[in-house]
Amino acid sequence: MEYQRAGDTRAGREETALETMQPILQVKNLTHTYGVGTPFQRSAVENLSFDVQAGEFLGIIGHTGSGKSTLIQHLNGLLRPTSGQVLLNGRDIWAEPKKIRDVRFQVGLVFQYPEYQLFEETVYKDISFGPANQGKTGAELDRAVREAARLAGIRDEQLMKSPFELSGGQKRRVALAGVLAMEPEVLVLDEPTAGLDPAGRENLMANIRDFHRNRRTTVILVSHSMDEVARNVDRILVLKSAHVLMSGTPAEVFAQADALMAAGLDVPQVTRVAMALKARGLDVDPAVYTVEDLERQLLALRKGGAPC
Amino acid sequence: MNEMIETESLRFAYPADEGGEPVFALRGVDLAIEKGSFVVVLGHNGSGKSTLAKTFNAVLLPAGGKVYVEGMDTLDESLLLAIRQRVGMVFQNPDNQIVANVVEEDVAFAPENLGVPSEDIRRRVDEALKTVGMYEFVRHAPHLLSGGQKQRIAIAGVLAMEPECIVLDEATAMLDPVGRKEVLSTVHRLNREKGITVVLITHHMNEAEEADRVIVMDDGKVAMDGAPAEVFTQVADLRHMGLTVPDTVDLLDRLRRAGVDVPLNALTVEACADAIAAEIGNLK
Repeated sequence: MEYQRAGDTRAGREETALETMQPILQVKNLTHTYGVGTPFQRSAVENLSFDVQAGEFLGIIGHTGSGKSTLIQHLNGLLRPTSGQVLLNGRDIWAEPKKIRDVRFQVGLVFQYPEYQLFEETVYKDISFGPANQGKTGAELDRAVREAARLAGIRDEQLMKSPFELSGGQKRRVALAGVLAMEPEVLVLDEPTAGLDPAGRENLMANIRDFHRNRRTTVILVSHSMDEVARNVDRILVLKSAHVLMSGTPAEVFAQADALMAAGLDVPQVTRVAMALKARGLDVDPAVYTVEDLERQLLALRKGGAPC
Repeated sequence: MNEMIETESLRFAYPADEGGEPVFALRGVDLAIEKGSFVVVLGHNGSGKSTLAKTFNAVLLPAGGKVYVEGMDTLDESLLLAIRQRVGMVFQNPDNQIVANVVEEDVAFAPENLGVPSEDIRRRVDEALKTVGMYEFVRHAPHLLSGGQKQRIAIAGVLAMEPECIVLDEATAMLDPVGRKEVLSTVHRLNREKGITVVLITHHMNEAEEADRVIVMDDGKVAMDGAPAEVFTQVADLRHMGLTVPDTVDLLDRLRRAGVDVPLNALTVEACADAIAAEIGNLK
């Protein structure tokens, strides 16, 4: 029953999307206030509005307390707005509160440190928990599980192991696969690489990039690593104390590195080197975020001689 | 005696699966950590760095070799309390190490267990919270705090034991840049002003820039050991071990390979910019 209903709405939505070309997700004047009526009353997000286009790879950054986590818990209805709306394919996700579960299948949320939420006896069973709850059974369930495992970079022979025998990075892949197996339309990842070593971070991001490229699924990457966001996403939304500070392509956002640092965000070290070089009179564009890019600029500068 | 912690041919193995071979996480580590020093331990996941840290206050005991804390053998059970009082640990997950519903009660937990007189506990709690800059939250509920604030509460909880050494086991891994800076500046200050020995286990290379000494673990052994500028200039070896180098060193290394005569050991942003400006500016 549950799955049937989800299928029906999906077909319906495709039509509306074609007619109006509306964004897949719209956040409109969203406000969420914690502890209303207590001394701790505080708005974690305030009058926030932005759109997410279908197929987009969006990065959301902001330091702790900027409202990132509160915001993303609204995207699949884990939190209900104090005021304002979240629209999924043009429909307010709270239009029918009883159907909020369908929204959770459509917008898959991978929490921070998802490996703490593993609980099943085998990796296979853990990944199948979500899709089985969606109503998938038999061959369809098996296909969803195996495909999600493959996308998350889990090897076949690991499927029958206990998830607790795996390393931290592998456990995280299992948790990611558990969400991918529900085949969400929007995948939201909260700090997916936190706590992993550099090689582990790059491997996991490569899996996520491939997933986005091959499936054209909308992906929202939440991170406080400017570096990681800049290297992966199409567009960045910077949050600061419950508001949107800026939004744009990585290059546009990095052009305002000073404002980012003032907002408590860590710009990549290479950006700071470029800014320091600019301050020393070298003609470099400080809006760089990769070492390769700055290297290229410096070598060109050397060859071309002094521009002044 | 000038060593805070000493290890001798330290080995440790995690128990094996049924029928399997035990997995050695430490395969012979000989280290001496000097009192009052600030030491950063780097290594990829599975290199043994966290296992090493946990042997420093007898959370894990050697399977071979020895660990001495101020000369006390961690294998001697009668010394356990004395060892844990001298070496405090702060772990990765801020939510897993807070035990009370009010900040001050959480910080008081360890001294209470150590049987410290209550007026002394009050003083220690207040001092510890002031030291980490969290005194204004003394009556707050910890779950309403940010990750960086929770970690500072955890550090205050360790400080209330008045330890001589603090070991931070990836204590900054779950924090954002601001939280990371809060924790780092707090431990740097404790090291500088109170002479507390700090052992910081991390993945973040830039946290090692200001350390006295950097130890790189690989495959259960010490692979590199030296001042930051000595360690980070071994670009190829670090990469081979699954580690990255700071952007500054990466950039200098690339420029050198392209024939630009810059030094490799200009670790900080300012030093790096100076070195490049001197060289590329000269060609003008």
